[in-house]
Amino acid sequence: MDRFTWSNGLLEMNETMVIQQRGVKLYDGDDKAKLDVGVAMLTTHRLIWRDIKNHECCIAIPLSQIILFEEQAAGIGKSAKIVIHLHAAPANKEPGPYQHSKFSYIKLSFKEHGQIEFYRRLTEEMTRKRWENTPASQPMPAATRSQAGRTRAVGIVGIERKIEEKRKETDKNISEAFEDLSKLMVKAKQMVELSKSIANKIKDKQGDISEDETIRFKSYLLSMGIANPVTRETHGSGTHYHMQLAKQLADMLQAPLEERGGMMALTEVYCLVNRARGLELLSPEDLVNACKMFESMKFPLRLRVFDSGVMVVQLQSHSEEEMIASALDNVTEKGSLTAQEFAKLLGLSVLLSKERLLLAEKMGHICRDDSVEGLRFYPNLF
Amino acid sequence: MHRRGVGAGAIAKKQLTEAKYKERGTVLSQDQIVQMSKQLETFKSHLEEFASKHKQEIRKSSQFRVQFQEMCATIGVDPLASGKGFWSEMLGVGDFYYELGVQIIEVCLALKHRTGGLITLNELHHRVLKGRGKYAQDVSQDDLVRAIKKLKVLGNSFEMIPVGGSYLVQSVPAELNMDHTIALQLAEKKGYVTVSEITYNLKWERERACHVLGHLLKEGLAWLDSQAAGEPQYWLPALFSELTSHEITPEETKRMTED
Repeated sequence: MDRFTWSNGLLEMNETMVIQQRGVKLYDGDDKAKLDVGVAMLTTHRLIWRDIKNHECCIAIPLSQIILFEEQAAGIGKSAKIVIHLHAAPANKEPGPYQHSKFSYIKLSFKEHGQIEFYRRLTEEMTRKRWENTPASQPMPAATRSQAGRTRAVGIVGIERKIEEKRKETDKNISEAFEDLSKLMVKAKQMVELSKSIANKIKDKQGDISEDETIRFKSYLLSMGIANPVTRETHGSGTHYHMQLAKQLADMLQAPLEERGGMMALTEVYCLVNRARGLELLSPEDLVNACKMFESMKFPLRLRVFDSGVMVVQLQSHSEEEMIASALDNVTEKGSLTAQEFAKLLGLSVLLSKERLLLAEKMGHICRDDSVEGLRFYPNLF
Repeated sequence: MHRRGVGAGAIAKKQLTEAKYKERGTVLSQDQIVQMSKQLETFKSHLEEFASKHKQEIRKSSQFRVQFQEMCATIGVDPLASGKGFWSEMLGVGDFYYELGVQIIEVCLALKHRTGGLITLNELHHRVLKGRGKYAQDVSQDDLVRAIKKLKVLGNSFEMIPVGGSYLVQSVPAELNMDHTIALQLAEKKGYVTVSEITYNLKWERERACHVLGHLLKEGLAWLDSQAAGEPQYWLPALFSELTSHEITPEETKRMTED
């Protein structure tokens, strides 16, 4: 069990899930491992195990560490098992649940069955060795060759060596990159410290600092990606960049908004705007911060947050009273409406139609009939 | 040439000067903002240098991206906060994640009518990869998780629910509390769950189980099979392809995801 390393269990690029099986308990050699029951996952590159109750507890081992494996039949009161014999852990192995073990094999105990299929898939993956064709981008331990009775044709050795060299080269590039990255981070940290000091002084209102300088400071924070602790009533977290964006958005969204009944969910706006840009995309935060400035910059659009937390951009011309009045008209005309029916009527998304109905309900114009069949609204006759 | 800075007089003078600086230091002057602006320029050029050597690494290596993100978090910097940030502009991390965000939203939207807005991380990964086409860079699940975290800012829109060995991604603001989440986790094994299974496994009263399942039904996250042998089964479409992928061939899976 000392071959395993801690993992976040997320698949790497090029790595795909092959099979997963619940109810698997791990054994360190013949002893039960000090872990609970979990989910065993076989991917093209690794064997991953995650505790089913405690999601944080997740470990993995590369398939290349496996020498051979065999089935162990179930017995009375004993679940079927797969015994897996492993190579020694490489020197540079990352930490895992066990520092060391006297055993060089582990067992997977299948308390909820599934061992037959798991064994079959494991056999397949160990034969195909897909991890060699498409190395997962994490640095793998040095290539281990199976010693258990496999013969290799000459010539493959040359190919193997090339793969190994490429891997070493990639590792070298990555470690050089990491080194440079660490140095860069030290400098970035200095910037963070400086900005904190400035921010504190602004907060304590020490010294003389103009509105303009505050805006400039905010834009520095934006460039570095440092969270802004200073907000002024006038512009919130806005900077000149966001003001420009707000103007662009106001121009760009006018037509689409009118086509969609005056309202669009912010997720939809995000996709629309970024698809149109193609490059130099907006971050979700950029979009939100720009939209927050619509009001103060006197554009005819508003960012609006519903009680459910859904955020929309809506045209000023579509006033609240109008929307509610027309919603009431529609409901009265049809006798009753669900969000889906309303959506079809208006050509809006179901999400936004629901919000409108909820709003009309909040104002007391319509009331709901909530059943398993769905949520239906009626004119409020009370 | 007389020596400078030596002697008691010089030391005393130095101490006095330092004291004066200390006093000045507590008051913010324009100087500090100017200083920051200068330091920013210097930093920018360091970043440019880094980018010219290692920009490829970020694009190619998802492990490098993970490491990079974690380092930034440690020092208190969010490289994805703004498309206008240095990190985004020079290293190209921004466009990578923001575009991924768009793709995630589009996949979830396309499947919403079927799944009610719930999808496993595995299937999301699968579909996003497919949508990106042969020549785009691959993305890892860690990349998806980070992109989704950023999307949350757009109004309560995305949640990740731990289920089985992985996660369910919720893309509509259906209100799901702990009860609903646990019921989902129970359903993960077979793709469906019944009232009895809930009362038996979780020791809830029947009414509580019915209420929870009823809510999932109403939100469009569950479908009711009232003709099942025994008692009615509540199926979760979000979990369908997870199940069947173990029994069907890769070719069939490919055809399924082309739907």
